[in-house]
Amino acid sequence: MAIVVKRAKLSLLEKLYFPALIGGLLITIRHFKNMFFGKTKVTMQYPEERWDEHLPPHYRGAPTLVTDEVGRERCVACQLCEFICPSRAITIHPEEIPAHEKWGKVEKRPKTFEIDMVRCIYCGMCQEVCPEQAIFLRKDYLVIGYSRKEMVHDKARLYELGGVMDGLVLKWNEKK
Amino acid sequence: MQLAIFWIFAFFMVFFGALVVLLRNPVSSAMSLVLSFLFLAGLFMTLDAFFIGIIQVLVYAGAVMVLFLFIIMLLDLKSEKQRKLKVGAWLGGGAVLAGFVYTILHVVGRMPGAEQAMPVLPGGVGSDVARIGWVLFERYNMPLQVVGVLLLVATVGVVILSRKELK
Amino acid sequence: MDCTQIYQIVMMPEVFLVWTSLAKILGLLGIVLGLVSYTVYAERRVSAFIQDRLGPNRVGPQGLIQPIADAFKLVLKENFMPAGVNKFFYYIAPKLSMIPAILVLAVLPFGSTLLGVPMVIAGIDIGVLWVFAVSSLGVYGIVLAGWASNSKYSFLGGIRSSSQMISYELSLGLSVIPVFMVVGTLNLPEIVLYQVKNGWLIAPFWPQGFDLAKLAENPGGAWEMVVASFAAGFSLQKLLLWVPLFLSFIVFLVSIFAETNRAPFDLPEAEQELVAGYHTEYSSMGFALFFLGEYAAMIAASGVIVTLFLGGWSLPLVPDGSAESFFGLSFVPGWLAGVLWGFVNIGVFFGKVIALLLFMIWVRWTVPRFRYDQLMKLGWYFFFELALFNILLTALVLIFVP
Repeated sequence: MAIVVKRAKLSLLEKLYFPALIGGLLITIRHFKNMFFGKTKVTMQYPEERWDEHLPPHYRGAPTLVTDEVGRERCVACQLCEFICPSRAITIHPEEIPAHEKWGKVEKRPKTFEIDMVRCIYCGMCQEVCPEQAIFLRKDYLVIGYSRKEMVHDKARLYELGGVMDGLVLKWNEKK
Repeated sequence: MQLAIFWIFAFFMVFFGALVVLLRNPVSSAMSLVLSFLFLAGLFMTLDAFFIGIIQVLVYAGAVMVLFLFIIMLLDLKSEKQRKLKVGAWLGGGAVLAGFVYTILHVVGRMPGAEQAMPVLPGGVGSDVARIGWVLFERYNMPLQVVGVLLLVATVGVVILSRKELK
Repeated sequence: MDCTQIYQIVMMPEVFLVWTSLAKILGLLGIVLGLVSYTVYAERRVSAFIQDRLGPNRVGPQGLIQPIADAFKLVLKENFMPAGVNKFFYYIAPKLSMIPAILVLAVLPFGSTLLGVPMVIAGIDIGVLWVFAVSSLGVYGIVLAGWASNSKYSFLGGIRSSSQMISYELSLGLSVIPVFMVVGTLNLPEIVLYQVKNGWLIAPFWPQGFDLAKLAENPGGAWEMVVASFAAGFSLQKLLLWVPLFLSFIVFLVSIFAETNRAPFDLPEAEQELVAGYHTEYSSMGFALFFLGEYAAMIAASGVIVTLFLGGWSLPLVPDGSAESFFGLSFVPGWLAGVLWGFVNIGVFFGKVIALLLFMIWVRWTVPRFRYDQLMKLGWYFFFELALFNILLTALVLIFVP
């Protein structure tokens, strides 16, 4: 069924177009004036103003590796994160811990642990899957590099970013 | 100086006028015609006829040729480009051209004014625009009004004819 | 050859004309090109402010170096030529749109005098017609760009632009005829001089014979003097003429908007429908030239409006370049005072032009675009008739009201 749109009948003043035009001009100049005198709120001016203090606790930034309270690297190179990673950003080469070392009973540790931050999608699945609570998404969001190589975070960088984290996994306690 | 300018303008005017015919792309032809008009306007201006020169640019180069171009752009140019000229067309065109040149030479040669230089215009009041205005509105006022009414009638006629809801 | 000989050669009439003209051309071109790039900046900044954004504010303080950064970016970009274009016309179209805009500047009186040299490059008798003729040639750049680009968007833009410009040239030309009927000349410097004497054409109330020097002699009688001079400058004819002149100002302004393809009449480059219209297929400096040409045309058009209706370089109470004293300061010699006032006049002219440019920008970011049939209707049914009627009205006032 055809719908007939009723056109409003315009008065002469409306037909003249100029009053409406002047009204519009007044609206825009008001916006201009408010902006000019700084009355209008604008978006965050990012590099100068930052959101860091307002980041929520669950913020998902760059994935990092953490050590526990006694300085042991938590990762046991089980490679679950490598397998679950949807964008295959994580590459782990495990190695054996010699039995005579302090944490010999852990048996395995990553020889290299690389996260390609170009591929990482910050989904947090690695953190979710980790049985050792070794990998965490911290609040770093500024991941910058001049080359693809620089964008690959190696083990040292990951620990540097991660730092120490108290965890609930206590199975490697010396007393046990 | 003035003579040199005359020859420069005249040469380019004829050159681009020839290109109008010789170029196969209609848009190029139209643009050549525009350039030809511009040089013609330059010729007028060397004769101190600024008004006629500028009207030449305003009306012919600025308005009429834009409409021409407008129409040309809507044509299928490829078929025009591929068309080959036949010998008969060459001969016919050449004959027409020769006849035209002969006629012009004949007429100009017979003209008494062509022998000597035109007398210098009397230094009237104001610019040439004002002088043209005086002549048009004083001496030829009646014809001017008639032409004006004619144009008005034509305009009104076009408006009426182009109305859709004509019953 | 010693100094006096060089001086004599330099002051020979022909040589003098050549080098002063060259200096004026270079100076005006420099000012206008600088103004063009900063108009682009102003456009971006003002539009941002109107839309509650900040606009470019990174490059330099408040983003003031942005135009230079833009220019560098455009120069460094690849000049890409799409397949199937008509190379010659594709190449020449941007230049064709830039040149007429600059040629218009030749007849604009952008200042009074500097050391007796009139500040107009060519004060020809047919100044206004020159403006119309040259700006009517500007349509070729757009039409050819649209046609040569071998793109539907560009083509539609070119078609729209040509018909729009032809339509509005009519009301543009007709709307200024009342001005010539009142002033009696087509010469732009003379039109400005008329306005210096009789007041701006859109302001009928104007003091006559008002003079700062006389006021300084008799500061007590300032009020009486102002009243007397306004009464001297007043006449019924002037008051009645204000109606057609204001109408013609409105029609001229709107037609200029259409002629320079500015919003609300920017149909040839309607971003939402035609991508960018006639310059869709252009990149790098080709695109930059279209862009600059558009803004140069805007500046030239503003200059024409200022000259015709807003008093050109004149400002009430400001003397022109022939003045002998600068605020009565004794340490300023007479010739320097003239030069200073000359520069003030040039500044006044460009100040008015800038104000008008800001107005154009303001309107662009306020008014939505017209539909095509509305545009044509407005031009042919309304402004054309209004301009014709206006001529009649002016003639009646001039004849019947002394």
